[in-house]
Amino acid sequence: MKFRTFAAFVAPSILMMLLFIAFPLVSVLKQSFYLTQPVYEMVEVETCTPGFLTQTCVTETKAQPQLDEFGKIVTTTTFVGLQSYQNVLEFGRVKAAWAKRSWSEFQTIDFWKALRFTLTFTFITLPLILGMGLGIALVINNATRALRGPVIFLSLLPMIITPVIGALSIRWLFIGDGILTAGLEWWLERDIAMFAQAWTLELMMMFYRVWHVAPFAAIIFYAGLQTVNQDSLESAVIDGASRWQRLRYVIVPHLMPLIVFVTLIHLMDAYRVFEEVVGFSSQAHVISLQWLTYDFLVPDQAGNRSVSRASASAMLTMIGIVILLVPVLRRTWRDHRGGH
Amino acid sequence: MKLKTMLAAGAVSLISTGAWAGCAFENDVPIKSLSAGFEAWKAVTDAMAECGNVEAELDQEFREKQPSAFEANPSLYHIGGVANSTMVPLLNAGTIRPLDDLVEKYGQNLTPNQLIKVDGQTMAIAMMVNTQHLMYREDIFSDLGLEVPTTYQEMLDAAAKIQEAGVVEYPIGGTFKSGWNLGEEFINMYIGEGGSFFGEGNMPAINNEQGVASLEMLKALTEYMDPEYLVSDSTYVQQQFQQGKIAIANLWASRAGAMDDEAESQVVGKVKMAAAPMGSAAPATTLWWDGLVFATNMTDEEADAAFRVAMEGIDEEMVKANNDTAVWLINGYEPGEVAMGAAATAAAGALPYPASGPMGIMHTALGNGVAAFLTGDKDAETTLADIEAEYTTAAKEAGLVQ
Repeated sequence: MKFRTFAAFVAPSILMMLLFIAFPLVSVLKQSFYLTQPVYEMVEVETCTPGFLTQTCVTETKAQPQLDEFGKIVTTTTFVGLQSYQNVLEFGRVKAAWAKRSWSEFQTIDFWKALRFTLTFTFITLPLILGMGLGIALVINNATRALRGPVIFLSLLPMIITPVIGALSIRWLFIGDGILTAGLEWWLERDIAMFAQAWTLELMMMFYRVWHVAPFAAIIFYAGLQTVNQDSLESAVIDGASRWQRLRYVIVPHLMPLIVFVTLIHLMDAYRVFEEVVGFSSQAHVISLQWLTYDFLVPDQAGNRSVSRASASAMLTMIGIVILLVPVLRRTWRDHRGGH
Repeated sequence: MKLKTMLAAGAVSLISTGAWAGCAFENDVPIKSLSAGFEAWKAVTDAMAECGNVEAELDQEFREKQPSAFEANPSLYHIGGVANSTMVPLLNAGTIRPLDDLVEKYGQNLTPNQLIKVDGQTMAIAMMVNTQHLMYREDIFSDLGLEVPTTYQEMLDAAAKIQEAGVVEYPIGGTFKSGWNLGEEFINMYIGEGGSFFGEGNMPAINNEQGVASLEMLKALTEYMDPEYLVSDSTYVQQQFQQGKIAIANLWASRAGAMDDEAESQVVGKVKMAAAPMGSAAPATTLWWDGLVFATNMTDEEADAAFRVAMEGIDEEMVKANNDTAVWLINGYEPGEVAMGAAATAAAGALPYPASGPMGIMHTALGNGVAAFLTGDKDAETTLADIEAEYTTAAKEAGLVQ
């Protein structure tokens, strides 16, 4: 392809990437090193608010932001270096917890609590999704032609549902005396509260994620299964290989690039776990890194947001993803080079 | 049921296309409003719409939109619905206008109690008050011969007896959902104990005896609650009442009407209202108001029209038609059974919610931090110290603490 043609094809996508990914990212990186604050002045204010019959008036000194001549709030921006990162990571408290060798104290620090859950979530769901995906793909592949269509449709259903809606529907199955909780209570003859402690919540969140993502893995693996060399499979049968051996030594090696691909995508997605926390309103017990960023960013009722800490936390999440992906990417790179 | 709703909707749309059916004047300036979406706002915005050319947006997440929408020039909305706390960012940014001249021109029907004054200037028009007060199952209490509790200790004793008698499994309900709701519960308790939130220079001051007492009372209450209390918000508690699962709760006055809603409630006529429990200094609750504000960034002509429309929205006619929807502050309101709790609470000297910039941060820090004590992850002092630390970090970032 001529360079000009190539450039013409690639330019729009590069432009979009710059506009919607690179620039915002640079801006977030910058904001994580700066602090923008309104300039406050202390003023005495009398406020009168309604009681049931008469008003209550209070006079108090309040911090009020200064307004410039256009009526906008005056702000100052200062360079604070790594201060916002320090505020998120809270090394002081980490040290204190380390000095006491206290895991439970360590786990009361928001960032580390979120990191602990995010990593657990990522690494427990990963093998389950690979396993389930492969399982579903094999089932589809071995189903008779007439059944294949309906089976594919059924197994794809969870993926079609919008994530938050899916999380909410599982929440309603279990919360309070939801159908499934009531069913479990009747079966086990004991009182069950799924939303009352961390581990049941975590279990539900992982169950939901596997249910939601396994079909994606399955469809990828199913596509891969169509290209398995039938000759090698037949010769394996002649050599007396069992079903398991054929899977282990012929099919899985053939699917390996796809397994790596699904792993890559899942690591990225799972590390950004968020819908589950919102859907199950689990923040009292379980939080994730992405939720922490969101929480910094949501304005409170007086309109304050922690933009700098949110930026720092977002950057930390990105660094985390990169660290997780490095081993997988290195492997892909090695295979790629080895293959040529 | 569906057919009825559709007929009603059809009727409403007929009214609004027929214009100013229930309105004293015909409005020809397009007016937009943004407010919360609960029942009272529906009533008020419907009444405003009768004047024609009014587009009302009812959104429970209004507080995230309002500050930036009002900062635009011209403002994206003319009328805003706010409460004590949500007025703060608008007031700080100067995006809502003083209303004294408009009140003088068109506000003949307003009572002095409705005018929210900041430094002598009227900045908002209040339409209703809201507060958390006691709701209890009168039938259960009289069956067991229990007195209506006036303090939280008495509430615990009553709950113990109800549980012992096996009437309901979890006698107490509470809006303990982690986040805003739980923060509000702590603030109620702490104000009841007479605590103050800030010291010199907006520094936090909650790590004290009153703070510990408040936390311990919250924890004591959870012993009698459904163990999933950390996900239970006002709607959830309301449903627990309606389904007969709880016997007593300190719930929002705006939810009182729903107890007698025959379409939803299985306990119609059985839930009675009473004053909020007393803390050692004041009622353990806060008084809130909801009202209307008007954007700075609009023409005086628009402001005129917006104010007149708003006055039609909160007139006597509207109150007469929606008497039990809220505890109205408007002329013509007749406090019924459901308003008893709010009235008694206010009479007992409940304090207004201390809305301010720092309080917004404190509320968030409390809402995120209190749960760790309730789940047993931290002891009371550590919980309060951590909340103070979280507050200080956020307040420093916001520039409120040096």
